[in-house]
Amino acid sequence: MNTVPAIELKNITKVFGSIVANKNVCLTANRGEILSILGENGSGKTTLMNMISGIYYPDEGHIFIDGKETVIRSPKDAFEHKIGMIHQHFKLVDVFSAAENIVLGLKDETFNMAAAVKRVREISSRYGFEINPNKKVYEMSVSEKQTVEIIKVLYRGADILILDEPTAVLTPQETEKLFAVLLRMKADGKSIIIITHKLHEVLSVSDRVSVLRKGEYIGTVQTAETSEAELTEMMVGRKVDLNIERSEPKNPVDRLAVSHISCIDREGTKLLDDISFTARSGEILGIAGIAGSGQRELLEAIAGLQHLSEGEILYFDPATGKTENLRDKTPLQIRDLGVRLSFVPEDRLGMGLVGNMDIIDNMMLRSYREGRSAFLRRSEPKTLAEDIINQLEVVTPSASTPVRRLSGGNVQKVLVGREIAASPTVLMAAYPVRGLDINSSYMIYNLLNKQKENGVAVIFVGEDLDVLVELCDRILVIGSGRITGVVDGRDTTKEEIGLLMTKSRYDN
Amino acid sequence: MIATLFQRAIMQGIPLLCGATGEILTEKSGNLNLGIPGIMYVGGISGVIGGFLYESSFMGHKEDMNGFLAILIPLVCCVVGSLLMGLIYAFLTTTMRANQNVTGLALTTFGVGFGNFFGGSLIKLTGSSMPSITLSKTSEFFCQSLPIAEDLGWFGQIFLSHGFLAYLAIILAVGTGVMLKRTRVGLHLRAVGESPATADAAGINVGRYKYAATCIGSVIAGLGGLYYVMDYANGIWSNDAFGDRGWLAIAIVIFALWKPNLAIPASILFGGLYIVHNYIPGIDFSTQELIKMAPYVLTILVLIVISIIDRRENQPPAALGLNYFREER
Repeated sequence: MNTVPAIELKNITKVFGSIVANKNVCLTANRGEILSILGENGSGKTTLMNMISGIYYPDEGHIFIDGKETVIRSPKDAFEHKIGMIHQHFKLVDVFSAAENIVLGLKDETFNMAAAVKRVREISSRYGFEINPNKKVYEMSVSEKQTVEIIKVLYRGADILILDEPTAVLTPQETEKLFAVLLRMKADGKSIIIITHKLHEVLSVSDRVSVLRKGEYIGTVQTAETSEAELTEMMVGRKVDLNIERSEPKNPVDRLAVSHISCIDREGTKLLDDISFTARSGEILGIAGIAGSGQRELLEAIAGLQHLSEGEILYFDPATGKTENLRDKTPLQIRDLGVRLSFVPEDRLGMGLVGNMDIIDNMMLRSYREGRSAFLRRSEPKTLAEDIINQLEVVTPSASTPVRRLSGGNVQKVLVGREIAASPTVLMAAYPVRGLDINSSYMIYNLLNKQKENGVAVIFVGEDLDVLVELCDRILVIGSGRITGVVDGRDTTKEEIGLLMTKSRYDN
Repeated sequence: MIATLFQRAIMQGIPLLCGATGEILTEKSGNLNLGIPGIMYVGGISGVIGGFLYESSFMGHKEDMNGFLAILIPLVCCVVGSLLMGLIYAFLTTTMRANQNVTGLALTTFGVGFGNFFGGSLIKLTGSSMPSITLSKTSEFFCQSLPIAEDLGWFGQIFLSHGFLAYLAIILAVGTGVMLKRTRVGLHLRAVGESPATADAAGINVGRYKYAATCIGSVIAGLGGLYYVMDYANGIWSNDAFGDRGWLAIAIVIFALWKPNLAIPASILFGGLYIVHNYIPGIDFSTQELIKMAPYVLTILVLIVISIIDRRENQPPAALGLNYFREER
């Protein structure tokens, strides 16, 4: 086997604010090989590759290309060193044709679209792509867009190709086609780096695997000499004891029954595919999965914010004893039934709070319908805001400070506190501890536990497997919009969940 | 009379065309420059200041004025004035990442005030009893048309009777269209306006394109202001006479679907609609005002029609109005 190193990374470190995205990462990719970079969400895979392709600049460390130390300051520098990156979110101009996108940014030759179209055709036939160079990007399928991205870097003569989660958006057939193309490029002497978290793909296509965990480099193994179990362990790490209290559920009764729900996005891809589960009172139901596997859509479906194509969501009202179908209800009616969503999206302020409004006003976002006067009554929300500040130890100058000025942890406390204050019957919390320090995280866990003891059905979407295993009574694992497993939090392991997460089908 | 209407429609349309071409160029870079009305004012008054200084240095013997300098001085002043306005906009939005709408509206307010202030000052300097400055000799040079125009009847009157700025405006519009559609620079500029992150990843200097497009666009718009005073208004500047033509130019950008070539007939159409009430006999004042609304009504209709047709090519640049910052996350 050819072992001429094409690119070497030594001790690369990158810090965003207080978050360390990459810490002392070392990595080598050889000519004529396919290297997989494996890691969970937030393990720093994409950040690392962005540094090779010039989007970010490393804070520390060195990059060697063909044995020579190289500084990559911009995407342009990366092109000059024949590095091409295919991003997970395609960087294409929608209203341009494939060929126009491909020549975008090139400067050397004379501007001639006809010649460009011809070269695109040549490259396509050489590696076996199927593409019409004159088709507009907005008319293309996801797989075609990806093809354009790949041809774009080949057109520039790239020798090192980086693909960020290339199969995340592809059907199995399209994935096979892609792998065939990759193998042809490998035979042509190119180095290919694939970022992924899908184990079976790693095993089927790559020569070597490098694993990252929480920004740190764990190790590299030959694909031929490894197994799914070893890779999973490298990826999720050994069990860390967190000492989160977990009480036994007290007389649980069914509160929410989700049955066979599916939903479809605009392009016709299934975001949720035949999902069924039951959430019980006095219990924390965890939802684990790779980011973007349908967690958000699932919670939004329950909250009435997502249109369902199939299935129904039954709610067993403890106050009246009646059964209601949430599918026919508006978000407001669902809220009034006591189903509460405290969603913490990627940007914390996105869905729950208004950044420029103060804590009191944000409380009123939920209570503004109360009262009959045309004027707002600020006294009750003010008391509530002050209660939350005291009980949850929110660090803020006053209740009238704009939420935007608070730190991330405090913002999340305000959000979760407000939803809990409405004494819900179902509480959904998505990534409530994302970006929080240890103490604030425990505060949130305790809050959720308290709700559980009060008989609330808690649904907790998390990304840290250690937390899920210690906090939740049952854990639902989803992959690509499907349920791939349901495990008991008390007798499961991280490895088991990790394996289920990377599957895309539920096989008993 | 029809020939006169057409001739006047073109004359009305030229300032609009300059403003629209400049704004299209700017918007293609993703900058929504609502400062165009102000920039056209500044372009106009800067030209007037230059022309005033040159013409008043020949007090009493104006026949000695050099035609070349009489054109060059106001032209350079206009270019410098509007270029500075474009630079302010580009600096605030691209470098400082200020909100584009606020910046643009502030520049319009500033530009109109700037024009009125210096216009008023010049009027005071001349000690004239009229609330206007007249640069009739400079204007004569600007209005100079081909001598054969008069011999060609209605054709000459409509197409050949204009000063050089009118033809320059058409050439600029056609040139901008060709540049956007057929050149590499145009492809890159459109990419910057559609998706700056894509352009950046492709190695295009997003900031440089935004600066260049905004500044050049401002200069083209400023020339519209200059044409208005020197040619259309025969060298007479009076405060607020330029009116709302700048906003009309921005309406044309939408009407012409961001295509400079389409902006040429659109400007002449809008120009014609702006003055057509003078050519319809026997209508009263209120009807006149209603007719003046026609360009805006047309623009709304176009917006409705393009929403119904929903073709991606007819939409504004996707990143219009959004500032770009690479490491935003």
